[in-house]
Amino acid sequence: MKSERTPALERVTERMHALLIWIDARFPLSKMWREHVSEYYAPKNFNFWYYFGSLAMLVLVLQIITGIFLTMSYKPSAAEAFASVEYIMRDVNWGWLIRYMHSTGASAIFIVVYLHMFRAVLYGSYKKPRELLWLFGMLIYVALMAEAFFGYLLPWGQMSYWGAQVIVSLFGAIPFGIGEALVEWVRGDYFISDITLNRFFALHVIAVPFALVFLVIAHILALHEVGSNNPDGIEIKENKDADGIPRDGIPFHPYYTVKDIMGVAVFLALFSAVVFFAPEMGGYFLEHANFEPANSLKTPEHIAPVWYFTPFYAILRAVPDKLMGVLMMGAAIVMLFILPWLDRSPVRSIRYRGWICKLAVTLFAISFLALGYLGLQPVSATFTLAARVFTAIYFMFFLLMPFYTRWDRTKPVPDRVTFHD
Amino acid sequence: MTSDVDLSRRHFLIVATTVTGTVGAVLATVPFISSWKPSARAQAVGAPVEVDISKIDPGSMVAIKWRGKAVWVLHRTPQMLATLGKIEDQLRDPFSNEPQQPAYAANEQRSIRSEFLVLVGVCTHLGCVPLEKFQPGDPEVGADWLGGFFCPCHGSKFDLSGRVYKGVPAPTNLVVPPHRYVGDATVLIGNDSGVTG
Amino acid sequence: MIKGRLIGVIVLGALVLSSPAFAAGSGGAKMEPANNVLGNVRSLQRGARNFVNYCMGCHSAKYVRYNRLADDLQLSEQQVTDNLMFVGEKLLDTMDIAMDPLDAGRWFGQVPPDLSLIARAKGTDYVFNYLKGFYLDPDRRNGTDNLFLPGASMPHVLWELQGLQKPVYEAIIDPNGNVHKFMVGFEQATEGLLSPKEYDQFVRDLTNFLEYISEPVKLERQKLGVRVLLFLLLFFLFSYLLKREYWKDIK
Repeated sequence: MKSERTPALERVTERMHALLIWIDARFPLSKMWREHVSEYYAPKNFNFWYYFGSLAMLVLVLQIITGIFLTMSYKPSAAEAFASVEYIMRDVNWGWLIRYMHSTGASAIFIVVYLHMFRAVLYGSYKKPRELLWLFGMLIYVALMAEAFFGYLLPWGQMSYWGAQVIVSLFGAIPFGIGEALVEWVRGDYFISDITLNRFFALHVIAVPFALVFLVIAHILALHEVGSNNPDGIEIKENKDADGIPRDGIPFHPYYTVKDIMGVAVFLALFSAVVFFAPEMGGYFLEHANFEPANSLKTPEHIAPVWYFTPFYAILRAVPDKLMGVLMMGAAIVMLFILPWLDRSPVRSIRYRGWICKLAVTLFAISFLALGYLGLQPVSATFTLAARVFTAIYFMFFLLMPFYTRWDRTKPVPDRVTFHD
Repeated sequence: MTSDVDLSRRHFLIVATTVTGTVGAVLATVPFISSWKPSARAQAVGAPVEVDISKIDPGSMVAIKWRGKAVWVLHRTPQMLATLGKIEDQLRDPFSNEPQQPAYAANEQRSIRSEFLVLVGVCTHLGCVPLEKFQPGDPEVGADWLGGFFCPCHGSKFDLSGRVYKGVPAPTNLVVPPHRYVGDATVLIGNDSGVTG
Repeated sequence: MIKGRLIGVIVLGALVLSSPAFAAGSGGAKMEPANNVLGNVRSLQRGARNFVNYCMGCHSAKYVRYNRLADDLQLSEQQVTDNLMFVGEKLLDTMDIAMDPLDAGRWFGQVPPDLSLIARAKGTDYVFNYLKGFYLDPDRRNGTDNLFLPGASMPHVLWELQGLQKPVYEAIIDPNGNVHKFMVGFEQATEGLLSPKEYDQFVRDLTNFLEYISEPVKLERQKLGVRVLLFLLLFFLFSYLLKREYWKDIK
């Protein structure tokens, strides 16, 4: 954009350019920029489902920044934790905003990540050569669940305490005495105590965030190595022009930087609406019972995990035996890990698969949401029956997949992506 | 890519988006930076402290804690006050030119009411708490000592207005904290609203 | 098709969110809405007075500072000192009380909980109904029970204002000839100093105050939220136009 350039501006530009050359001789800055941004060619047909990767990264950064500032005022001891959270909410300047951003961010990251994962299911983004990308993503998901679990104990409210009590004691189901020893080892004490709180604090603030950042970097490197998938499931690298540029590819910068910035604006608006107008979200983002300090002698009427764990909690409760319930809950996540190898369809994207696969994905989505709803409800005969039905559907989606993906009648996949202005 | 790109429109939109985004980002840092300011609890703990001066005998001093520091209130006798004019040439800053006190204490007595001296009891050298040495000719300090404060750590000396002597390590007079009188019997340390210099 | 799926997600989400977040008062009794208005400063002032005079003998509000009360309730420091502080507290102090929890445990069976967050933990409707829900029960040590917290250890502190209520039962005889008694309402047994409408207002003001102390920053955060959303709308507009401008390149 050559508008009028004063001599002063010219000098500054020259100096910046010289600095860049100095850096590039010592650090692959421009190289990384070209490889991963300005000359990273992404398919041009990304749709709504493709916003959630960059949004997940944004929320992670938000959680880290707000988390750091919370740690400046939070006290990780059973005696002071609850009061320190109220200190942040009332006495620390703007502490309430930092706290609400962190609590909303926790739920937001799961909403974003679930949508991000569902995109992969729709378009076969886990299929060869993206299996490792999917595995890194699954490890991120498991790390996120651990991070949320450890973090939830920290406010030391009634739900914090009793939620941790229930989940940690699940491991007691492992037989041959291993379970009991394991539970005591995790707690560091004979009951959920100050000792447990302090170590969960260390894991939540340092250990798991480090793991998350490392896994996210690995995830992005794995993605850039093979290139992004797209809603048509077409491999754009198989169709390059004379300069070696994929015909259906566009440089990430400026096209997707500009699009993702727009996505960020929408996300921040929704996020802010919650933070400023409904941070409790009816008791789903900030649970009412957690506004009472932890009391080891008084169990709350209704212990439920936070909403993002409830699908797996529903599966756990659906199984009558405690150990089997724990194993089924674990198996539900293991299924996700092995997904790339269960899917035998010759075609990636649901757009070119037949009605069997479409039905399967629809039933899977419904069962996941239904299980999520059921995990929030108190126990009843009807709900238990429903949970069993949906658990069965959930597992059938995976276990029958090697068969129905082969039987399914696919449609011919075009050479070029479908793109509408 | 096309050849009829409207560059000026692109330029405008890039600038508009960048400026709005930057403004937003800067505004977003305000809560975080602000969160470092003293919290309501810090302000409560560091709140002004009342001292009952009606119980302090002439020649005696009380020490209280304000914002983590020792603060002294000394009830000076007329004899003590009389010494203040005699030693100006021995002092580093006899007229309180350095900003170690509020404007209303930049006088010879370094106080609002001449008989009461309010000082932060922290030596301006390296932070030790000086000792009261009000007896003239005190053997530990010297035969021509007229009374004041003596810091045992490195030997700094201050007069009965907290002014520092020449030839000692401490560079400046002892600090006078903001304070004001509430009625006759009370001094409020840490608050001086309404006091004019 | 994807849109359909998205709509399905939103509908299910709405269903989930609409399920009552606060269970009906334990006792399963139906609650009437509190209808307090947080922005009504006069109501909050009365509620603060009510709280300090009737509740703070046993209940602290240990996360609330008097000086913040002064600011938010538009009271002068003098008014707060004269009307809300009785035992030499300072303006920057928190609303603590002197009752020893061990003593309280012995006297009442339970330690009277701190009330800073009661409105967030149990909901304003619960608080409102609880304070109106005490009734005579000669079998209990206090002589009263509460419809919304059966077995409550708290005596009916406000009995002089409300008077005392008697439970009204309806009897249903089942096919086996057994009689089941159901409580269907209250009947005034002794008059209080306040009429029912006045007592309602008293309790509403107190509930309003309890809602305020559970989150003093609430009204301010909502105001700020409007400005934030307006700003983000502007940012979205520019970023959307920018995106559309660049994407004209792509065919």
